[in-house]
Amino acid sequence: MANEVCFRLNHLDKSWTLDVYQANGGYDVWKKILKEKTSPDEIIDELKISALRGRGGAGFPTGLKWSFMPRNTPGQKYIVCNSDEGEPGTFKDRDILRYNPHQLIEGMAIAGYTIGATQGYNYIRGEFYEPIERFQSAIEEARAAGLLGKNIMGSGIDFDLEFHAGGGAYVCGEETALIESIEGKKGQPRFKPPFPASFGLYGCPTTINNTETLASVPMILKKGGKWFLELGKPNNGGSKIFAVSGHVNKPGNYEVPMGTPFSALLEMAGGVRDGHKLKAVIPGGSSTPVLPGDVMMDATMDYDGISKAGSMLGAGSVIVIDDSTCMVKALARISYFYYEESCGQCTPCREGTGWLSRIVNRIENGQGRPEDLDLLCNVSRAIEGHTICALGEAAAAPVTSFVKQFREEFEYHIEHKKCMVGGAG
Amino acid sequence: MSSQTSTVLSDAIIAEIDKYVAKYPAEQKQSAVMAALHVVQDASGGSLTTELMDAVADYLEMPAIAVYEVATFYSMYELKSVGKHKISICTNISCLLCGSDKIVNHLNDKLGIKFGQTSSDGQFTLKEVECLGACGGAPMFQIGKTYYENLTAEKVDQILDSLD
Repeated sequence: MANEVCFRLNHLDKSWTLDVYQANGGYDVWKKILKEKTSPDEIIDELKISALRGRGGAGFPTGLKWSFMPRNTPGQKYIVCNSDEGEPGTFKDRDILRYNPHQLIEGMAIAGYTIGATQGYNYIRGEFYEPIERFQSAIEEARAAGLLGKNIMGSGIDFDLEFHAGGGAYVCGEETALIESIEGKKGQPRFKPPFPASFGLYGCPTTINNTETLASVPMILKKGGKWFLELGKPNNGGSKIFAVSGHVNKPGNYEVPMGTPFSALLEMAGGVRDGHKLKAVIPGGSSTPVLPGDVMMDATMDYDGISKAGSMLGAGSVIVIDDSTCMVKALARISYFYYEESCGQCTPCREGTGWLSRIVNRIENGQGRPEDLDLLCNVSRAIEGHTICALGEAAAAPVTSFVKQFREEFEYHIEHKKCMVGGAG
Repeated sequence: MSSQTSTVLSDAIIAEIDKYVAKYPAEQKQSAVMAALHVVQDASGGSLTTELMDAVADYLEMPAIAVYEVATFYSMYELKSVGKHKISICTNISCLLCGSDKIVNHLNDKLGIKFGQTSSDGQFTLKEVECLGACGGAPMFQIGKTYYENLTAEKVDQILDSLD
């Protein structure tokens, strides 16, 4: 039951072309909508039945998000796709863009129709030259085939889309920072409310969804919300792409049903690299709390399962860490990332991420002080809940969870000025 | 367009920028600034100068300071000159776990440069970057528009030798 949704064509030669996509039922849903003028409420209801939740990390129900759009009010509205994949450990959207770009385009077109938008933008991180090229070629193919543009197939419905390349800033994955970035500004998040559904791109109502979310929509409408729901489990519908990296024999993307046991996913990824034991797992990308390996071996890969285990599913970015790893060194790198990527707008995050990074770094370098672990927790608390966007929480969660789960390693480092274990390599 | 723009930005570059301007509503030319800076940087040896940024500001009818803000906020823009090949190496968590330290050391030794430096022959600049979204192929780096994954010291040698 793998590769049923976004990766369903990946095994085919030139899966990214219009011919291959259409030979496999691609754009059937879009054409049906154009012909029958399916009621947007019907589409939203189907998404609600599917229990599709945002695949970018927040897990917000997609049908509900679309229902917030004031689609009948006059004026332009926008559908924006978030392909600014930058959370360490995440590399799934890159493969959707490379191997199945038409399904994303079809999903964006359906979303645009449903929320009343005639224009879409896909914000793709600027370093993704190859995925951008694939996506742009797919847009051009779809336009040439009359599947995008004005009065599509004589339906009276207009929809077109463009890509917008980023410039290298993790914070632009935050939806309001992303909007600022499309507007040609530095990507600093906006205060919410107002939410994008009322005041988004260029001040117009805007819906922003992750790449995987939008690319899932055509299959949900083709096979039914119930089909998708039953791929996974209640409240955790569908399958999900898990990007497995770190100390495994076969790192890569695995699209499997929600609720798959972590142990089964680990096996698919070839198990922990040869000769080593599982030590820890970061289950949803670097901003989600780290869990000890034995806790993960009993967990299932879905929102509720990972939440019950004490972390978050995030974007499904599974970072596997084996017993040769120094957890202080690992955390030092993660904390440096959030310091580097803080946009500087909110004082607790701008200053706090620097404190966290410097303190973890001095522990790693044998200059830690006995009071440092309490200080790390204090600084984390001073950030959490005191910032405009979630980058602050994202910086704090690894620190508090690493210290909580592997406290003895940090204490050993401070006391003995060296690692309990080898290194992080 | 002022005379300043026309002398700094070639017709080919302006034509390229116009393709991006056309993607956005007519009154939202500023939306093309990131693409314009990418275009200008690529055509100018991989980095931006104040003169180039001012020309972009002028062409997109933006305050110059708004262009500087963008150019300094995003990591892909270079405000100092770089070598012919910019090696952007990820050292973030998944790459670290898979031995990016060793690749960095190898590059340091082979090229005689550290992060942020350019080799004396002007061929290579070494840049530490944050996660490039290719963790399944860790350790990895980007040179130009290409990702190179599952790096080993031997593979790095082959890649660098293959560049002109």
